Order: sequence, then structure tokens, then C-alpha cells
Amino acid sequence: MTGTNQARRRGRLKVFLGYAAGVGKTYQMLIEAHELKRRGVDIVIGYFESHGRKETIALTESLETVPRMSLEYRGSRFDEMDTGAILRRQPEVAVVDEFPHTNVPGSARLKRWEDVHVLLEAGIDVLTTMNVQHIESLNDQIWQSTGVRVRETIPDWVLKQAEEVVMVDLTPRALLNRLARGVIYPVERAEAARQNFFQESTLVALRELAMRQAAYAIDSRLPDEEPSISGGASVTKGEGRERLLLLIGPDPASAALIRRGRRVADYLQADCLAVYVTKTQDWQDLTDKQRENLERHLAFARGLQIVTRNLHGADTAESIVDFARTYGATQIFVAREKPRTLRSWFASALLQRIVNRARDMQVMVVADRSTSHVAV
Amino acid sequence: MTVDNHDRSAHRDPEALLQQVEAEERAKHRGQLKVFLGYASGVGKSFKLFDEGRRRHLRGEDVVVAATQRDLPADVAQTIRTLENIPTRDVGGVPIIDVPAVLARHPQVCLVDGLAYDNPPGSRHGKRYQDVEELLEAGISVITSINLKYVAEQSEFVASVIGTTNVDTVPQDFINSADEVVVVDAPPETDATDKAHQLSQLRQRALLLTADVVDRELEEYLRLHGIQSSWGTQERILVCMTPRANAAKMLASGRRNVDRFHGELFAIYVVQDNLTPDDRTALDRNVSLAHAQHAQVDILTGKDPVKTILEYARGHGMTQIFVGHNLRRTWRTRLFGTPLDRLIRDAEGLDVRVFPQ
Repeated sequence: MTGTNQARRRGRLKVFLGYAAGVGKTYQMLIEAHELKRRGVDIVIGYFESHGRKETIALTESLETVPRMSLEYRGSRFDEMDTGAILRRQPEVAVVDEFPHTNVPGSARLKRWEDVHVLLEAGIDVLTTMNVQHIESLNDQIWQSTGVRVRETIPDWVLKQAEEVVMVDLTPRALLNRLARGVIYPVERAEAARQNFFQESTLVALRELAMRQAAYAIDSRLPDEEPSISGGASVTKGEGRERLLLLIGPDPASAALIRRGRRVADYLQADCLAVYVTKTQDWQDLTDKQRENLERHLAFARGLQIVTRNLHGADTAESIVDFARTYGATQIFVAREKPRTLRSWFASALLQRIVNRARDMQVMVVADRSTSHVAV
Repeated sequence: MTVDNHDRSAHRDPEALLQQVEAEERAKHRGQLKVFLGYASGVGKSFKLFDEGRRRHLRGEDVVVAATQRDLPADVAQTIRTLENIPTRDVGGVPIIDVPAVLARHPQVCLVDGLAYDNPPGSRHGKRYQDVEELLEAGISVITSINLKYVAEQSEFVASVIGTTNVDTVPQDFINSADEVVVVDAPPETDATDKAHQLSQLRQRALLLTADVVDRELEEYLRLHGIQSSWGTQERILVCMTPRANAAKMLASGRRNVDRFHGELFAIYVVQDNLTPDDRTALDRNVSLAHAQHAQVDILTGKDPVKTILEYARGHGMTQIFVGHNLRRTWRTRLFGTPLDRLIRDAEGLDVRVFPQ
């Protein structure tokens, strides 16, 4: 997995995966921390969020904690993990709660997972916690099934770097009991929570997603599943490696397309490339708003480790299909726009023309999960 | 067609309905069954089981231990000592739950560590899970644990991975019937690479098995509450077969995809009039191909194939539809676009993958 001639071993990441607050991720992580300490491992708490849960707090008392760093932002004080202090302390293992957390502006890094990355680079093993709904490529699916748009996400490749993903399971019934007893949130917040993620159907769906994600994490780490070195080599009997080509643009549906493409590519162990077609090289055919949206989608794709390319051509359908042939794409991913008006029937002509042109390859018309009705 | 995936408010309050359902269950006076499922010994099933017993006891529930395993870790043994025990009876080296004693004591909750035991001949029941069934019938809730390899339907898979088979098995239906199933997950602790890989396969299977149990739970919940929606928690691929579609390729690709996603494969054919004998032959061949790929096959009738396909897809929680390029063109084509155009347009919330012919 890692290079053998590295001066220092990279730290190992272990993720405790759950599906809601209160399932016991932090509790289980701290139980493991105690076990490691008992075995003589030099372990510290780098960041811990108590949420006022007594049994969990009790578990931190006999462990060394690196004090947090206090930052001021817009007149309020915020506590963040003191990554520098942990590096100076240089423990063997650091416990870092809430992997998807976004740091307060003014912090050295934007996201906690970036801080964790720094610790790993320094050879420190990290135990961390997160819920399945924070995985970037699941974002639309989560919205579709729960009506909740999760803002703090972790790119899939970051989770992929974890050596271990452990499912922390608790049944929704037990979780709802905990919520009712005021174990998870103060009673006044519990009612609001019941309206959101804590509906039984939502919890059941998220729990299933978490289990499948944990199973996938094992799958992708088994030796016969290892991806071959770049395209060409056959991974499955009778079929070559798949190559997915995502057609993105300024349209908001592109974000969902990118997430879905990333997820499918990961599961199929396929190559994945995102292209956008503009009429001119300098994007003069786009409005400022379109240019801004396109820039954002390109950055988003790159953040998920998808290579992007700009094609130029007067006819988008022709450009994409021709490129797909040259690239050897097995599937073209195109967003399906919602037909709102008669006019958009004509707008979807692009899709029709791609489907008609690409008669020798597969076209995946991706559902526009991101704009489905929300009544939460 | 508009499908509102989030339309819950229009129906009765789910919580109220749930409470009603639970009340009905309670009225039946049957105990609740909770199962901790692990993929190997030593992953912490016993710890979780008795820790739950301990916490329930602290909260004032009447908890009794009815069966324990040998060679327990010190912390688990300590927990057991804080609880009331009804020891198992030993018959020829086999520990048997003292069912009459548990029934007489009639606690609220009874802890049974290790569900998969064959009782010796002449016992009240041949299998321990049947003892548990009797306790549940008597209104006693049971919390128990089982190792994946003792689930009857999993034994073949387990044998293919680790090469041993077991006799003391429990039917999967009994696990499925549990009110709650919890997966106990932990990475394998071994330095031997081969062993670690074997255990990882079992571990994965335990997660997927539980995910399937949860999926059934979700379907049941949605059915009870009249919610019609695709939740996309598990990938379900629907292959639409027509006489001229390259069904072999679509089915093979569908199979590969669902295997990767650990999802489910479906194949349908919408019966239309005026099939030629050649069409009929092609269809029969496609249907047997679908069976060979272990797809669930359904033959449907409907005047409008697009509508029929989409209704089926929504009703069965599909996430992807596979179609061939040349769905038959009709007089409507010029007015409304080809059926393929319409399918793509109306397949809101579903991915549509178009295959070349």
C-alpha cells in the first residue's frame, strides 16, 4: 500500500463508522483506546466531543488529552484540535473525534480530515469517528432518502485510505430509546432531532447504507479486488476494465452526476474522467454565472480525484461521443434534466442526440436525485 | 408522473402508527428477540450481549442470565456475576437451558449467549433456538448471540472460505424473525495474511447479511406506512428485455454490477401483441438467460410498455434500469419521441443505462 523506502512509516487510520449521533462510535473508539493503553501503546486524545454523555466522558478520564486550541471568530471563541501540539507530543496513536468536522475560519486547515492527514503523514496512527451520511458520493442518495442535505462531507478517497473501517451498530429502536431518555441530546433538542434524521424510517435506511459501506470497505481491501495498473488489464473475466466518461457543465445536475460517477467507478473499479464541452477555448460562450458554476464543478470533480478535460466544439453531442471513442469509454454518464416545461423537452434534445450518436457504447442517464421534492 | 419521495406528512404520523403496531405486538404477549451477530468468535458478541443486560438491569429491567459460554474474558465474567443466573444443566457435556426454571422465574429479559446448540436426544427440544422460541411464546424477551457460521443458509459459504462445516445450525428464518439484529463488527486480529483474508470475507458476509435483514425491515416499514418510494439503500438493477434487445449483454453486465454492489438483479418483459414466432423464440431464450444470471424474472402486461416498466421499477425499489437502444418505434414516436426518449424523460429518480444493439 505505501512505498517501502519511505523514511517514516505513514500512520494508520481506523474509522468507526455509524449512522447517527448516539449509536456509540466515540464510546467504542474510547474502549479501544483503553485497550491499546493497557497494551502499553502511547496514546493521547487529540480531540474529543463529549456531547455531555456521562459514560463516554468517564472513559476519557484516565487517558492523556492534548489541550484544544481556542480561536476567536466574529467575537465568539471556538475550540479546535491543536494539531501542532499533537505533532510536538508525537504519540503512537491519537484519538480524533468527528472526522468530517469543518474548522472555524482562521484555522490552519479547512477540514479536520486534513488535520488528520497531517498526523498520519507524521507517522501517528489515528482513530476517528464518522457517520455514513458524510461520505461525499452518497450525498444525493442521502438527500433522496432522508430529505436532509448534509453539508460536511468527506471525499471518498480519504475514507479509502483508512486501513480499517469498523461498523458501530445499534438498532434504531435502541437509538430512539436513548434519544427519548435524553442520553443523546438534551430533551428540548431531542424533539427537533426526531423531525430530522431521527425518524425511524430514515434511521433504518441510513443503518443499511452504513452496513453496505462497511462491507464495501472490506471488499475493496481484499487482495483479488486490487485494481490493475491503469487501463487495459482485465479485472473481471471476459470484460476489460470499464472507463467512465462524465459529461459535466454549468448545470446544477452536474454535482450529482459527479458523485454518482465517482461511486459507480469505485465499485466497478473503473477509470473515471470528467469532460466539459465549450464552443471556444476561452469560455466566451458562457455567461459569468455559468463560468462560475462550471469552475465549481471542475474543482468538485478534482476534489474527488476525477481528472477533468476541456473539449472544444460547436456540437456538444458530436464532441463528447467522438472523444468517448478515442478515449475508449465503455459508458458515457449524462445528467437527466427534469422536464419542467415543453421547452425543456427540446433542451433534452442534447441527451437524445448523444444517445443516438453513441450507438456503439453505453450511455448512463443519471437520475437527477439532487432536485427531487423535499418536504422535511 | 411525479413521485414525491418525501411525502410522509400526507399519511398518518409514522410514530403513531409504529406505536400502534408495537402495541398490537405487545398485545400478543410475545417476548422480543434480539440477536447479536458476529463473523467469528472473539469479536465481542458476549461483551455486547452482557453489557446490554447490565445496562437494562441498571435501568430497572428484570434481567436473568440463562446461558453463558465457556472461556469468557474477565470483564464479561465480571458482568455476569452482577446479574441473576439460572445455570444451564449439563447433559453429557452439553449445556442445556433450564427452560422450566426460566419459565417459573419468568423474568422480563433472558440472556442466552450462544443460540446455536443442538440439545442431546431426549431433551425438551432438539435445538436451543426452539427453547428460545418457547421462552418468547411465554412472553419472555430474549437477547442472544450467534456466529455467522452457525446460520444454516450461510454454512456452505463459510465452508467455502474456511473449509469446515457445522452441525449446530439455526435456520436463517429464525434470525430474520428477530425484532432486532445487531452486527458486531471488529477487524480480524491476526498477523497471518491468509487467515486475515478468510476472516475478512466472513466479516463482509456478516455485514451484508445484516444489511439484508435491515432492508426487509425498511420495506416492511414503508409498506406499513403506505410510503411508496425508492430509497436506494441497495442497488437494484432492472433489465428490460425485448425480442431484439441484446439481453445477453445487458444481463451479464447487470449481474457484474449487482455483484460489485451486492445488490439484486431483476429482468422483465412487457408482453405486446403481434409477436412473430421468431420474436417468441428470442424471448424464451432471453428468459432462460435471465434465469441463468439469477435474475428475478417477471412477465408483465400493459398497453404502455414505458408506463409498465416504470411502475414496476418504482414498486420494486429499483435504482437503475437497463434498456436496449431500439425499443420499438410506433406512430406515437413522432409526436412524443421514441419510447426510449419517454422512458428517460419519465424515469425520475432512476438511472437509465442505454445499451447498444
